[in-house]
Amino acid sequence: MSVRIVLAAGLIASLAVTVYADERSDAKAQVEFGISVAQAGLWQEATYRWERAVDIDPSYAAAWNNLGIAYEHEGLFKKALEAYEKALDLEPRNLMIQENYDLFREINDRLDQDAG
Amino acid sequence: MTGLTKTLGSVGLLLFVCACTNNLYEVPIETPLQPKLDVSAFQRVLIAGFVTGGTNDVDANLETARLLRSQLRTESRLDVIDSEVIDLFTVAEDESAASRDAPEVESTEKTTRPNADELDQEEEKTLSEEELEAYEHIFANVSYWRQLGEEHQSPLIVTGTVYFTPHQRSGMVTREREIYDDFGRRQVVPIRAYRDRRGYVLSPKFIFIDGRTGVTLYTERYREEVLYDVSQNTPALSSYFELMDRLLPSFLGALSDQSIRGTRMLLK
Repeated sequence: MSVRIVLAAGLIASLAVTVYADERSDAKAQVEFGISVAQAGLWQEATYRWERAVDIDPSYAAAWNNLGIAYEHEGLFKKALEAYEKALDLEPRNLMIQENYDLFREINDRLDQDAG
Repeated sequence: MTGLTKTLGSVGLLLFVCACTNNLYEVPIETPLQPKLDVSAFQRVLIAGFVTGGTNDVDANLETARLLRSQLRTESRLDVIDSEVIDLFTVAEDESAASRDAPEVESTEKTTRPNADELDQEEEKTLSEEELEAYEHIFANVSYWRQLGEEHQSPLIVTGTVYFTPHQRSGMVTREREIYDDFGRRQVVPIRAYRDRRGYVLSPKFIFIDGRTGVTLYTERYREEVLYDVSQNTPALSSYFELMDRLLPSFLGALSDQSIRGTRMLLK
């Protein structure tokens, strides 16, 4: 009986890993396509791809980072702030995300100051 | 063997760096900034003139009007009206004279701002920043600005005060100095020294008035200063443009879409 339980748990765990790997793989495909279109200047399409990526895998920090950049480029500062902060929550030690976030905050804080 | 190990190590490090950089993509972005003031109701802008104080070395009224007009021609969708730059001192003088004719306000007016004779004398000397404030009543004269607006087909009117004055400050300054060591190698080291420095302060206050109603829509105040070594003889006009150059992006940001260019790192 206990052997069956162990086997079932193992099967579920391996399925979960497979599903997670598939999700990350799908999300990564969206992120990569988003990068290629952003490099071509097609930011709306890139935004759509990265939004898809975070829908598929909400724990994908790079996708949130890219989404932050895309929102910033579109002037959507509140959404950009949320996306960057989500990326940093997921990977607090990622220096690239931190640098993007710092550059964004510099502009955002200045705007807040002007508005105040 | 050691050489081979080092080479393999270097190749490994290079491959690692390549692998890392393959996941990074630097992209240029332009962050759009919305104008602080909604000017969609206006087709035209009138840079009327400014009440100025400080040094007489620069005609701050004329130079500010010229500079803002030329900037708005290229950086804004609004048509810039070409007209004589208004001498707002004279307008304020006329308004003061009119106020003196009204006996009930004479006593208070005299205490708050100079009369016509005093104004003539003050044209010879320079006005301090505090004295300039005594002329700010002109910006609250709704009927004057509405009438001016009617004469120019109801534009957005830009006016205000400009205070530009020499400034002096002494203190510790960090400068770079070249030194050569015993082997003749050049080095640049920071040296802190006490210095007397002279320069200028520019303190403008831009007021945006609705030419249809004469009402003030928005006000922006800035303060910039520049200091040079006392041995450096910088003309006042150069300093004026140097300081205006610093605050122009913010001024233009009040009226038109601006963008900040930069780069960000996309990640895989």
